Amino acid sequence: MHPVRRQRLFFILFIVFFSSVAVGLMAFALRDNINLFYPPSMIVAGEVPLDRRIRAGGCVRPGSVSRDRETLETTFLLTDGIVDFRVHYTGILPDLFAEGEAAVVNGELRADGGFYATQVLAKHDEKYMPPEVAETMAAVSDGHDESCEVVQYGS
Amino acid sequence: MVPEIGHFALVVALVFSFALMCLPLLGAQVNNQMLMATGRSLSAGFFVFVTVSFACLVYAFVADDFSVSYVAGHSNTLLPVYYKVSAVWGGHEGSLLLWVMMLAGWTLAIALLSGALPRDLQARVLAVMGFISVGFLLFILLTSNPFDRLLPMAPQEGGDLNPLLQDIGLILHPPILYMGYVGFSATFAFAIAALLTGRLDSAWARWCRPWANLAWGFLTVGIALGSWWAYYELGWGGWWFWDPVENASFLPWLVGTALIHSLAVTEKRGAFKSWTLLLAIFTFSLCLLGTFLVRSGVLTSVHAFANDPERGVFILMFLLVVVGGSLTLYALRAPVVKNHPGFSWLSRETLLLGNNILLMVIMATVLVGTLYPLIADALGWGKVSVGPPYFNMFFIPLMGVLCLLMALGPSSNWKKTNPMQLVKVLWRPWVISMVIGLLFPIFYAEGYSWLAALSVFVGSWIFTSLAADMLHRMRNAKNWREGLRKLSLSYHGMIVAHAGIGVTLIGVCLNSIYADLRDVGMHPGVAVQAGNYEFTMDSVYTVQGPNYIAEEALVVVTKDGEFLREMRPQKRRYLAGGKVMTQVALAPGLLRDLYLAMGEPLDDEGAWAMRVHLKPFVRWIWLGALMMAIGAAMAVADKRYRKRKTSKAQGPSSGTNQA
Repeated sequence: MHPVRRQRLFFILFIVFFSSVAVGLMAFALRDNINLFYPPSMIVAGEVPLDRRIRAGGCVRPGSVSRDRETLETTFLLTDGIVDFRVHYTGILPDLFAEGEAAVVNGELRADGGFYATQVLAKHDEKYMPPEVAETMAAVSDGHDESCEVVQYGS
Repeated sequence: MVPEIGHFALVVALVFSFALMCLPLLGAQVNNQMLMATGRSLSAGFFVFVTVSFACLVYAFVADDFSVSYVAGHSNTLLPVYYKVSAVWGGHEGSLLLWVMMLAGWTLAIALLSGALPRDLQARVLAVMGFISVGFLLFILLTSNPFDRLLPMAPQEGGDLNPLLQDIGLILHPPILYMGYVGFSATFAFAIAALLTGRLDSAWARWCRPWANLAWGFLTVGIALGSWWAYYELGWGGWWFWDPVENASFLPWLVGTALIHSLAVTEKRGAFKSWTLLLAIFTFSLCLLGTFLVRSGVLTSVHAFANDPERGVFILMFLLVVVGGSLTLYALRAPVVKNHPGFSWLSRETLLLGNNILLMVIMATVLVGTLYPLIADALGWGKVSVGPPYFNMFFIPLMGVLCLLMALGPSSNWKKTNPMQLVKVLWRPWVISMVIGLLFPIFYAEGYSWLAALSVFVGSWIFTSLAADMLHRMRNAKNWREGLRKLSLSYHGMIVAHAGIGVTLIGVCLNSIYADLRDVGMHPGVAVQAGNYEFTMDSVYTVQGPNYIAEEALVVVTKDGEFLREMRPQKRRYLAGGKVMTQVALAPGLLRDLYLAMGEPLDDEGAWAMRVHLKPFVRWIWLGALMMAIGAAMAVADKRYRKRKTSKAQGPSSGTNQA
């Protein structure tokens, strides 16, 4: 084989080999590191894997936020207007976290039914609604409503 | 009236850019000198009218013309005037206008500075710039006009600029980032023009390189500014979140880095030609993809501001036209561009190829992680997000390998390098950095950290190998001053930029390893310990700002029992929108930052939840980025790019010493 061609062949083999290794590793890493989003209804119904990193979201039920003075442990309820679940979080909440507003949480659901969040995300802008939460709210209200403002918090 | 002038000027600019897209290109096809020459005057016209339009928008902001809906949405009479000006690019419409403004500037700069280029090449480059301008101007005029009026019910008061954006970081970040993005449109235009003419020699690479380096330098600073802004403004205590919006700017940086290295090979050795073209196309496509991701709101991002998906469709179509069109052209014309020179398995070409492959793999992993949520959503696999562990898993080891190899590049020869020569130059740096790396954790902190040893080793390996290479090159000089002067400016630029990578690397690693981050309940008079520092909250009181009211905490910091300084973090409530925002208190230092951010009040006795963070070496992250940009600027300033007439006969004879 012509030396230039052989060199080119080596390069191509090299690239093919390493890119396939990279693709394999990527698929493997993605499997362990993607956080699937679940709406409150599925979490309450127990259709969610336990002790795995997931995402959840909903509206913060007014009056449900309580905070420990020393440890900064906070709990609050996230609701889709029909069912709700309790979130435990230790740390400082984002500025735009507020009762009656949308929030998305990253963390794990444990066997006690509580969601142990490692990260709480609130919307960044008044007009902004996390798309997942908007979709959840629209599903519950038959597509009439995509915001937290009109949720009937009842009781 | 003024907004209408602005709108009209924008339409005129569209006409100019449309003409710029067609006439010079037509001239180059039919070899008509007059049509080709129109490129320069059309660029000037385009620039003038975009500037008029931009100035009109600035005027509308400064004069508080709330009948313009964009101004009403992003400004307020209470805003200080410098924030009123920066509010021009605080939202979608205005930031696009800023983009076009930059594009017009680059187009004009190319028109003015490319006099030495062959006429037809210059005409085609300008035509491609015109094409991009047409796309963006249409986008602005059709979907996001900043001059839309709110008539007849004009509000008396504006809705205020998002408080997060009322900051020096946001005055600077978007323009500089856009300078980078738009700058890569110049290399894209050069690449397309090269494909159209079928001429791609080292002279072409030499014209292209300064533009690529300049764009890369701006992009680097832009990304660093964004990270710095997130660090002190968001109050979350981090400087990089692997957020889609951050990734969007990082992707073009990775490919752009590959591009500037590949261009070096194309200029010096005439190799990697088609690869360079492909990289230029990729870089600009990723710039467009970044704009699409940020502007369309298709991704859930912690950064996501209010967005409109329909606008995303336009950018997506434009992206498809650009990527599809340029790749088709590439497929048709690239075989014309011949590669001939060979090189051995150990040569600077091979090392730079390794650099390119690693950077592309890193880019691919980041791209997959960024787009995976979109793909999963489209395919009905559910709504997902990809967490930082995924990115770190690839980025850290691959970047580590890249940095290890980086030291070999400058010391190796083109075409063929004798391994013994590398060993001869580099064994000392290897040993020295080994010693520094192993000793550092012992002296720096209690508890030995192998990761810290490894990262300091890699960082020092970069510094010492660069120094060794410099000394090796100066070995025949009479004294070091003469030796330094003999090395070209672009070589010095390379040294500074590579050292910058080392500085950033050490900053990133040591910051992640040694940071002391705690969220605590702070009670007045009760000290909180972090490292050698003690933080005691004295009191919390109310202060009045120009357009906000803040709760301010007075925190006294002592080090080893001695008074160090006072820090005053704030929790602000902005009067116009009632938005609440954290103002971080920082005590910056070369070796460590102290970082205080207020959370929320815990009780009525003045206790607050507070972030108390100790961040070692965090400044190095941005210092390194600044060095990279300075290095790029030095390379641009190298005198061989300023030769007005460069004939091919002279060729790449300006020395084998340069990178």
